[in-house]
Amino acid sequence: MGGDAAGPVPRAEHDFALWEKRVDALMVLCSNKGLFTVDGLRRALEEMGPEAFESMTYYERWMSAVARNLVDAGAFTADELGAKMAEVAARGDSYAEASLDGAAG
Amino acid sequence: MPHDGHETDHDHAPPADADDRLTYWRRMEIAVRELLVEKGVTTPAEIAAQVTRMDARSPAVGARVVARAWTDPAFRDRLIADGSAACREMGVEVEAMKLVAVANDAETHNVVVCTLCSCYPRNLLGLPPDWYKSRAYRSRTVREPRAVLAEFGLRLPEGVAVRVHDSTADMRYLVVPRRPEGTDGWPAERLAGLVTRDCMIGVAVPQT
Repeated sequence: MGGDAAGPVPRAEHDFALWEKRVDALMVLCSNKGLFTVDGLRRALEEMGPEAFESMTYYERWMSAVARNLVDAGAFTADELGAKMAEVAARGDSYAEASLDGAAG
Repeated sequence: MPHDGHETDHDHAPPADADDRLTYWRRMEIAVRELLVEKGVTTPAEIAAQVTRMDARSPAVGARVVARAWTDPAFRDRLIADGSAACREMGVEVEAMKLVAVANDAETHNVVVCTLCSCYPRNLLGLPPDWYKSRAYRSRTVREPRAVLAEFGLRLPEGVAVRVHDSTADMRYLVVPRRPEGTDGWPAERLAGLVTRDCMIGVAVPQT
């Protein structure tokens, strides 16, 4: 990315959604608990490749890096994550329906 | 303290979270959160408390620090000497990071960027705005800061030097803007109202 041309600074801002704040919270909490380090997150992000920076939002990339680091740390396995994601998907099509607390994302 | 965030490029990235659709990544967030609770790593209450703690951090916290620096010269000296200690003195916890306060004056204007990703004085300003994390801001602020500042409507006289500070995971910068003329005798609370987030990043200056 470095050295690539960059246009005007995009000035649009958005208020963070609950799910984004939760990703942020998980990163801080798991980091404080010693489950991963700054460098571990960084490695996961760098390995996503430049396409990820065009196709994914900021907290999507962060989510990906956190999940990968938690699997690496042994907090849960990739299979457990896959099974849980299928279980979540079966609850409904919206974040609110899929959340146990019913909160909109 | 972990890195505040990561590479981003909202110039081309899809719009964030316009609706409540259960996207793949939102599904993963719910799943990871539930797994961590099931495994006893964390609790829903702990996660909610962290979200609340982050929500409570806003530029109003940084503005309070700046207004104190404007009205209390001894505090200003302490803030410049050791930003973390001075903030702690005001009850603002800066955790493990080193906070460096950089003051604007007649000859120098300071602006903050994180070229790697999105490191930011979150404890004083809350979460960074989208543009701070954009590739355009990160790459151009170090190369052509005056042009970037002009896009934000800030045109500095040629005689004023621009200092660009690149944040890291462990070191965060807070710009202490110049106190505007005509504010003599204002109480700190009123002065704090002039200090916006963008003033403390350095892409704006306080207006009366």
